[in-house]
Amino acid sequence: MLLTALILVPALGAAGAYGGGRGTRHGVWLVSVAALHLLMVAIAWVAEPAPMLDGWLALDSLGLAVLSVVSVLFLVVATYAVGYLRRERARRAFASWLLAFLSAASLVAVSHHLALLWVGMEGTTLALAPLIFHRRDRRSLEATWKYLVISSVGIALALLGTFFLATAQGDLGSSGLRPLVLEDLLTGAVQLHPAWLKAAFIFLLVGYGTKLGLAPMHTWKPDTYGEAPALVAALMAGGLTSCAFLGIARATQVTMAAGLAPFARPPLFVFGLLSLAVAAAFVIGQNDVKRLLAYSSVEHVGLLVLGLGLGGVGAYGSVLHLVNNALAKGLLFLAAGNVALTAGSERGGLLRTIPASGFLLLIGLFAVTGSPPFGMFLSELTILRAAWGNGHPWIAAVTLVLLAVIFIGIAVTILELLYGPGRSGARRERESWWLIAGPAALALAALVLGVAIPGPLQDLLARASTALGGIAP
Amino acid sequence: MAHLADLLLLLVLLSGFLILGTTRLTTCIRGVAVQGGLLGLLPLALQPVPQWTAHTLGLAAGTILVKAIALPWFLTWAIREAAVRREVEPRVGYIASMALGIVAVAVASAVATRLPVPGEHPILLLATSLSCVIMGLLVLATRAKALIQVVGYLMLENGIYVFGLTSVDRVPFLVEIGVLLDIFVGVFIMGIVVFHINREFDSLDSARLTELKD
Amino acid sequence: MTGWALAGLGAMLALAPLLPGVAAKTKALLTGRRGAPVWQLYRDLLRLWRKGAVYSTRTTWMFRLAPVAGVVTPLFATMLLPLDCRAAVVRFAGDFVAFAALLALGRFLLVLAALDTGSSFEGMGASRDAAFASLVEPALFLGFVVLALGTGQRSLSAMLGGDAGTLSWGAGAPSLAMVAVSLFFVLLAESSRVPVDDPATHLELTMIHEVAVLDHSGPDLALLLYGGALRMGLFAALPVGVLVSRAGLAGPLALGALLAGTVVVAAVVGVLESSMARLRLSRVPQFLVAASVLASLGVILQLLT
Repeated sequence: MLLTALILVPALGAAGAYGGGRGTRHGVWLVSVAALHLLMVAIAWVAEPAPMLDGWLALDSLGLAVLSVVSVLFLVVATYAVGYLRRERARRAFASWLLAFLSAASLVAVSHHLALLWVGMEGTTLALAPLIFHRRDRRSLEATWKYLVISSVGIALALLGTFFLATAQGDLGSSGLRPLVLEDLLTGAVQLHPAWLKAAFIFLLVGYGTKLGLAPMHTWKPDTYGEAPALVAALMAGGLTSCAFLGIARATQVTMAAGLAPFARPPLFVFGLLSLAVAAAFVIGQNDVKRLLAYSSVEHVGLLVLGLGLGGVGAYGSVLHLVNNALAKGLLFLAAGNVALTAGSERGGLLRTIPASGFLLLIGLFAVTGSPPFGMFLSELTILRAAWGNGHPWIAAVTLVLLAVIFIGIAVTILELLYGPGRSGARRERESWWLIAGPAALALAALVLGVAIPGPLQDLLARASTALGGIAP
Repeated sequence: MAHLADLLLLLVLLSGFLILGTTRLTTCIRGVAVQGGLLGLLPLALQPVPQWTAHTLGLAAGTILVKAIALPWFLTWAIREAAVRREVEPRVGYIASMALGIVAVAVASAVATRLPVPGEHPILLLATSLSCVIMGLLVLATRAKALIQVVGYLMLENGIYVFGLTSVDRVPFLVEIGVLLDIFVGVFIMGIVVFHINREFDSLDSARLTELKD
Repeated sequence: MTGWALAGLGAMLALAPLLPGVAAKTKALLTGRRGAPVWQLYRDLLRLWRKGAVYSTRTTWMFRLAPVAGVVTPLFATMLLPLDCRAAVVRFAGDFVAFAALLALGRFLLVLAALDTGSSFEGMGASRDAAFASLVEPALFLGFVVLALGTGQRSLSAMLGGDAGTLSWGAGAPSLAMVAVSLFFVLLAESSRVPVDDPATHLELTMIHEVAVLDHSGPDLALLLYGGALRMGLFAALPVGVLVSRAGLAGPLALGALLAGTVVVAAVVGVLESSMARLRLSRVPQFLVAASVLASLGVILQLLT
């Protein structure tokens, strides 16, 4: 019951948002539905919901982690939207598409039938397209086109991978196993046809990796994150990446359960390191804040996939990184959005003109580059530990170097934005409370996770990492 | 019936080559419409007449409706609305495209002989499916016009659909609905964006979409 | 038995000039005219034979050699084809290469003769002719490869419905269909028909083969025309041999079937000529490569089954 409600409530909310008129009522509607969704997620934490639809919908630890991340991030984005919609004109369907995204993301998190998961990913792709196109000018049109073409191809390849997985299961008539359901895939993993399973893994990795933004399929990211409204970019960087990571994680689960871990690791390493390298290369000299953050997102999804491939403690690091990435990216994009909203295209001196947002941007800088005491430091450290300990010391070394380069690149741009000379005679601008509260909450959460991870969360992450074939530290 | 399925699959491959080698935009769209029609008939040809279920008939009818009628009609409407120049302007020449198409079919056939598909299926099925996927990606990569890229995407989806037919009896309804939905909505949205592209840029050449870069 | 093979050779030599006539008559009938009689080419050959030849002072012995070669090479090539479905007059393993080589040699000498005149106009036609022929060679060879793979033999006599008629229509049908269509395209290219070249054009810059034989006159021209008709007959016999399974037929019936088939192919050429125009010159290579693509598709299909 709860599981279908998690999907249906935002969907109904989307329909309802379309019915109402324009304006600030949308903001309130968004916050209400988001709060209701978060409440349902909280109930799911306390009382584990029963599987539905013959096991097609179920909530395991990994799914719950992704669901929680998406729900929290969405609530923050919804509160931000209240302030945003007061400043910017938005079309009627803006709130509808946002809620449609939430519905599709919930579907991805709770579905244990891999084809249903695919439908959810497809839904997120389609729900985000109109949101990216929000400003309706040449640049956002170009960004939307690139996003659509590349994402659609990725999703199509992921569908082919899903079909390959079904073929790997072979003829299931007598065994009583259900096709493409995660549990049955795991229990029958050893009987899966290895060639088809390998093909499925590669296609699912490339397909969902396109949605995740792994290099070399990342080319849509800078354009899309650069042109989309900041809150949409925040949702994508935190929510969409988590959903796409879930897709890859499920594929990895099945492949490792079938004993093909030695086959699965090299592609994960390659994509992870390549993403880090690409991010490092393009982050230097990047002046546009949102594009800069897009490359930072490429870096972080590279780390996610790297941790997944390393196994052991690395899997725990990946799941922890998932949470931290969503918090930090949400914080940064919303703060960057404030920069765009209030100060326009001012270069420099933002700490004087918009001190609250500027301060949040500063905190975000440290959070996203993995500096202590923020949570990301812990997760990156865990992944590096896994690399060092599992016999891949050179991966750890390369990663460390690239992370340092990325730190320099991001820091230069953001610090210049904050402390640089700027326009002379610029006054302090008034900052709406709605636009500050959300990011501030995310910053606080990032800090808390860096100091002490709350018990229940640690428990959940440990269970999730065990499901991924790893161990908790 | 096996011969009919083989014939249909062969015609699907030939229409793929037609799309790769033609110079005219409308022929590309007709080619993908013909492919859609052939794919609609394929589930009927894969099973002997006594075994046809309501599911098979519904799938065939739905496929023909969406792939052979609705989507090509929509693309033709987009061409008219955008008043596009009717020539395909490829970045890779026509002869090279056709040669690459043959390479794609050769690779797909080589893979098809190595990967056995469970159940009774003509070996041409897997070869055709992978060929269409590769040829669709080829069209997407080598054609500059946005509408042709949509046609390439449709070919990619056709290839995936053909592969999906091998598991029609094992994985139920949901998947077919998912695939058809994917194409329909994806192409629909793409079509709208294409329309906007033409309005903004006065051309449908996606090679002109180069403002955003590092 | 070589008896019927020799009879087949004689029949093909005698009946070849009928084929361009059939094509022209079909085209005329479909465009609403009565057209010339089907045996018009015989009358033309006779008329030209009685005339004297005029030679340009700038030409050499090559110019006089080419028409002779234009008849001799198709003649030898005809000896390699199993016209009665049993065996050709001459056969050996790999004779299909000799078949293609002979026909290419004839064309080559014709091109040299065109260049020999020193006129750039004829050079233009010859170069186009040669270019199109070279683009369509792969299609011919790929077609032979399919036949060789299908029958497991390497001699034309066996490949085109020979001793056992081992090509069954059941499993190999798709690849054979591809090959037949591809060989039809080769026919169109080699005998300079629409859509590669329009034999009835009177606009000089659109001529291809016409221009290459422009300067020949009298008996030379008669030899060239006859050679052209013989080549058309040969290339028409190829798709017929692939499509029509004559394994069970006795000698004369098989021969009759082949000849009737070539007449049908000529009629189809006429239908094509009446219904479409020649392709733009820059589009002709695409058409020719399409023939090779179809043939390669046939090879892949043959390897799959």
